[in-house]
Amino acid sequence: MDDTRFLPRQALQTLLDALHRQGYRTLGPVVQDAVVQYLDIDSIDRLPSGWTDDQAPGRYRLSRVDSPRCFAWATGAQALKPHLFHAREVLWNTRRDDAGKLVFGEQEPDVRRLAVIGVRACDLAALELQDRHFLHAIKDPYYGAKRQGLFVVAVHCAYSADTCFCASTGDGPRATHGFDLALSELDDGYLVETGSDRGRAIATQLPLQSATSTQVHEAAAAITEAANRQFRQLPSTHLRDVLFDRLQHPRWEEVAARCLACGNCTSVCPTCFCHAEHDDAALGGSTSQHLREWDSCFSEGHAYLHGFNVRPDTHQRYRQWMTHKLGSWHDQYGRSGCVGCGRCITWCPVGIDITEEANAICTADVPQGESP
Amino acid sequence: MNPYLPREAEIVARTEESPNTFSLHLHLTDGAPYSFAPGQFNMLYLYGSGEVPISIVSGSAEDGVLVHTIRALGRITNGLAKLQVGDRIGLRGPYGRGWPMRAAEDHDLIVVTGGLGCAPAVSIIHHVLTHRERYGNLSILQGVKHTDDLIWREQYDTWASLPGVQVLLAADVAAPGWPGHVGLVTALFDQLSLRTDRTIAMLCGPEMMMRAAAHDLHERGLAADAIHLSMERNMQCAVGHCGHCQMGGHFVCRDGPVFAWPQVRELLGVRGF
Repeated sequence: MDDTRFLPRQALQTLLDALHRQGYRTLGPVVQDAVVQYLDIDSIDRLPSGWTDDQAPGRYRLSRVDSPRCFAWATGAQALKPHLFHAREVLWNTRRDDAGKLVFGEQEPDVRRLAVIGVRACDLAALELQDRHFLHAIKDPYYGAKRQGLFVVAVHCAYSADTCFCASTGDGPRATHGFDLALSELDDGYLVETGSDRGRAIATQLPLQSATSTQVHEAAAAITEAANRQFRQLPSTHLRDVLFDRLQHPRWEEVAARCLACGNCTSVCPTCFCHAEHDDAALGGSTSQHLREWDSCFSEGHAYLHGFNVRPDTHQRYRQWMTHKLGSWHDQYGRSGCVGCGRCITWCPVGIDITEEANAICTADVPQGESP
Repeated sequence: MNPYLPREAEIVARTEESPNTFSLHLHLTDGAPYSFAPGQFNMLYLYGSGEVPISIVSGSAEDGVLVHTIRALGRITNGLAKLQVGDRIGLRGPYGRGWPMRAAEDHDLIVVTGGLGCAPAVSIIHHVLTHRERYGNLSILQGVKHTDDLIWREQYDTWASLPGVQVLLAADVAAPGWPGHVGLVTALFDQLSLRTDRTIAMLCGPEMMMRAAAHDLHERGLAADAIHLSMERNMQCAVGHCGHCQMGGHFVCRDGPVFAWPQVRELLGVRGF
């Protein structure tokens, strides 16, 4: 915290201006369609000042609070994922000439630089996991180009929704790394930390003042309070082994009786990476685009294999989702695929709670008569 | 370098293998080099429709022709089935880890296949016969549901006539005149003379067949890591990104499709994975 400085509330616009001067497109949280969404902003007037969120299983509501703060809410339905890994994206296109010859053309990656204001610790942890998936083994050029130009302004959480459990996964509420700048919001302004050379270069353009020790302590106490406010948690056992030991647990069938297999959880999950590829052929017949689109392990076709479905039943799909998210992510990327953002709980139309299900499956004894 | 972009391939020959199974002989029109290892696969693209993962059947790409044997089962494979010599498709690859042909040198080989599982495994046979001096005895075991499903029957006869090669066929349901066994392919294991300390088994077929075969061969003395098998899952990107082929922590397209049995034993044949 040695380099922590203070930016008065009315001076936050200078951050947007500095980013614009560096050629960044700037995204920030905006209330639209009754949800906090990350949209293009040129002015801090669009930030959700005086809004907070009330989240519960299957419930998301925004309400007004008597506060000048712009980040007094926890999470919207989406954060960074749709801006780096688009929900629908063209990969390549084909032109077919009159003789039937095919010419393949690469879709150029989007290299525009993007700055996002207000990224939460859970979303930064998810970003790191998506980096491992899309960049570490075989590099995805589309994700890679957008990632390279990404400038992250994190905001430490001073408020947790009832669905948040990032303290349990170890990913928040403080953003510890992976940001260019990080803000702590106080009533009269922001404490500003730098996390990269790019961040320091932007910080030099801001009218920063010395932070007082009172401000620093107030900000730290708010983050601690946000952590203490969380009451949901995942089991502390080694989930990878326990889940795969309990593939026949009756709870899978119980949760499947409630689950609609709608895929809302995988859509809002900031780490889910599954996508389907398909062609979109022009009516004239001479060109076709090859696209990818977010897919879900809850969808009918996800595990389709030459005429049969590997996962025809909902309990198999829910089990695939959870054993992957909390289990085999460890095999793939060295840690759980859950960052504790709680979105899958909030946006589940029937309010299925991943922490409740994981605890039911992993911590209780297996009911009598069931052999794992 | 875009890992998703196909190259153009021309169909230079087409073989009807059975009423719903055909082989496409493909030539890459860009003339750029291409090489692969036995057990790897390509993504074949049908214009305007999409891609399917298909294993490479030919022994090598030295003559510039890549052979893929395909069963018409879904939207894209049914479309590919209608193509003729001279038509163009897209091809990208090769992908995945193939059979452990280097580790198998100086060993006897048992190739156990079921149904169209013979296609991802036939490159093993081509490779062994091309480099005959590097390998010991070769046993080829193929099981089918019905004798009418058996493709490459003449090829099996040819292989059976070669020294050091044993061919054993099984069918669940046999037409009159069937010379092979009637029943499961695993019942043929009694006819093998196993030198367990110097034998490697390679399996490809329905998961339950592979699970039974792996357990049986292990009980007969083969080390668990001397048993290899080729897995099949929905694959759309072939580079471990799209997520469809996951089996536990494995991306079958990239970490497989060929695995040593201990790598996949935990979930092999478990419904829903």
